[in-house]
Amino acid sequence: MLTYIIRRLLMVPLLLFGVTVLIFAMLQFLSPVERSALYVRDIPKNENAINGIIKRYGLDKPMYEQYWRWLVGTVDSGSGERHGGILFGNFGYSRTGSQPVSDLIRTRFPNTLDLTIWAVAPVILVGIWLGVQAAVHQNGIIDQAARVFSIVGTSFPTFVFGLLMLMFFYVQLGWFPPGRISDWASQAISQDDFQRYTSLLTFDSLLNGRFDIFLDALRHMAMPILTLSYISWATFLRVTRSSMLETLRMEYVTTARAKGLTEHDVIFKHAQPNAMIPVVTLAGFSVVGLLGGVVITETVFNYPGIGQAAATAAAQLDVITTLGFALFNGFILIVANLVVDVLYAVVDPRVRLS
Amino acid sequence: MPETTPSGDTTLFSETIAARKISRVERFLGPENYRIVMGLLKTPASIMGFILISFFVIIALAAPLIAPPVNQKDPYKIPRDGFKAEPQPMGSLWKSKAPPLPFWWEPIMGSDQWTHILGTSQGQYDVFYGIIWGTRTAFRTGLIVTIATFLIGIIIGSVSAYYGGAVDNVIMRIVDVFLTLPFILAALILATILTPRIGKSLYPAIIALVTFGWMGYARIIRGDILSIKERDYIMAARVIGVKDSRILFRHIIPNAIFPTLVLASLAVGDVVLSFAALSFLGIGTDVGYADWGQVLSFARNWITSLDTYWYIIVWPGLALVLYVMGFNLVGDALRDVLDPRMRGKT
Repeated sequence: MLTYIIRRLLMVPLLLFGVTVLIFAMLQFLSPVERSALYVRDIPKNENAINGIIKRYGLDKPMYEQYWRWLVGTVDSGSGERHGGILFGNFGYSRTGSQPVSDLIRTRFPNTLDLTIWAVAPVILVGIWLGVQAAVHQNGIIDQAARVFSIVGTSFPTFVFGLLMLMFFYVQLGWFPPGRISDWASQAISQDDFQRYTSLLTFDSLLNGRFDIFLDALRHMAMPILTLSYISWATFLRVTRSSMLETLRMEYVTTARAKGLTEHDVIFKHAQPNAMIPVVTLAGFSVVGLLGGVVITETVFNYPGIGQAAATAAAQLDVITTLGFALFNGFILIVANLVVDVLYAVVDPRVRLS
Repeated sequence: MPETTPSGDTTLFSETIAARKISRVERFLGPENYRIVMGLLKTPASIMGFILISFFVIIALAAPLIAPPVNQKDPYKIPRDGFKAEPQPMGSLWKSKAPPLPFWWEPIMGSDQWTHILGTSQGQYDVFYGIIWGTRTAFRTGLIVTIATFLIGIIIGSVSAYYGGAVDNVIMRIVDVFLTLPFILAALILATILTPRIGKSLYPAIIALVTFGWMGYARIIRGDILSIKERDYIMAARVIGVKDSRILFRHIIPNAIFPTLVLASLAVGDVVLSFAALSFLGIGTDVGYADWGQVLSFARNWITSLDTYWYIIVWPGLALVLYVMGFNLVGDALRDVLDPRMRGKT
């Protein structure tokens, strides 16, 4: 197990190198002037000043030297201040957000994380259970409904689904508003006595004992949660079902039945753990899918997360900001993939032994 | 005691085990590929899918007849009826610069007034026209992106599998890197970078979708080739001194390509989803280009009055959903047919 984890950990710097090179390559499409937004807040109009900046940050130097500077930045010899350097979290300055990209991420990411947690948790808890039920009662009601749902679900584009949700539940019924939170609640959380423990709004409001704010936040998140997760529901159901069906046909399950175990024990203690192996892989892919999915979902519902910020920046051709988000997402996903691979080795001994 | 000597009479034998007739199609495709094709043609779900796909193919081919363009040279520009912001309801009359009346309108409706059948969107863009010509855009982008990603995937995947060892290792790590970024975000960024450099058109989004879309094919073909290159006939080719490139292109790829090819042909639907998502976010084409995502994106400004203007999302949305569903239905049947455990059954 330990050697497997070490081997897997050695992959991390390699992936990190690959992802940074890929993003650096995309940066090379920009002119040196545009790239100077990586280091300075305001790009001057004056030609001499521009040339000064290009010289100072080495934007006319050879590729490998620029790459290195982009990674670690330039330390000002006078003030000791560091300019740029993505490894130190300096992703440049956002034209559309009029603040450093890292600050933009810091304010936006908790909202996205909040949304993703609420979107993923029910899928993993209930979706898997439903998939197991669909397999155990093959061709039963749950099974048939799941099949129709997964075909229709995977054909529905998220933004069409989101717009239809808005049409019914917001405009017609007025149940779930778009946005992040109501005005009264946003005033309440800006008060001093509201402690930001986690900066995730739903958890903070619970920790502060403000159940009304929690409900208000959930009311705003209901539609984005559903829009973000219906595809995951469809795929989790389907993969769990087929994997479970396959496991139930194995001989060791027959053995378990033959020695007189209850059906409950056979299904949940013997069959399900092995049936979960492909589901873990799927969970890894889902994280990638969700982080991409927030771009569209947050835009449709005007939800202030990193996805919406990325889409706004892209629509106004603000490349530095979008590339900052890509880097950040890349870092998160490298870690997420690592966690999934380790989990995979935990549930499947064949992986760590090979 | 029964007769045991051979009588020369084989009627009984040929009647019980009649030799299966092998059709010309089956001989051409080979037994395994033939099974895949027949499996697809016999599943009700995939038949439904084929019907939906053919429906859209017909619309795309007949677009100039169904919705004649104003400007023959630039038919993908949705005609506008004025510049007012508010969408007009379904069935309202064309007031200015109406495109030519299609041939089918008068016999069916008994009127020579061309109307906005499905209403107009923000800025008086005709929704019906956008949907009809958007079908062409859907097929065009879908085909270009699919063919390009397929070719890149095949080349990279087969080189990786054929040479193996260090080459394989390096290429597969590069694939991992490309897979690390979320697809839509990566495509969004590249399209954003390319738009000011090559101008507003279909191409920034197409190039972006191709750049981040080939990895799946590379992985699949690699797996198939890894198993095929161990076969005896490849060994035989090597023994008689055939060049590497010839073994790869004449002996290995033709035998490994079919499953990937079928999967690719079904990706045409998925590509359209991603493309529509990008143009919904305002990346790529000009405003008013006949593209489903573009038509839908107008709705973003009318969220609070969607109960009145429902037709600006329902019709283009329906076109998009049915189009993708057509490909998904066939794809779902295909997954069952390609499942190795199904091998040997028809």
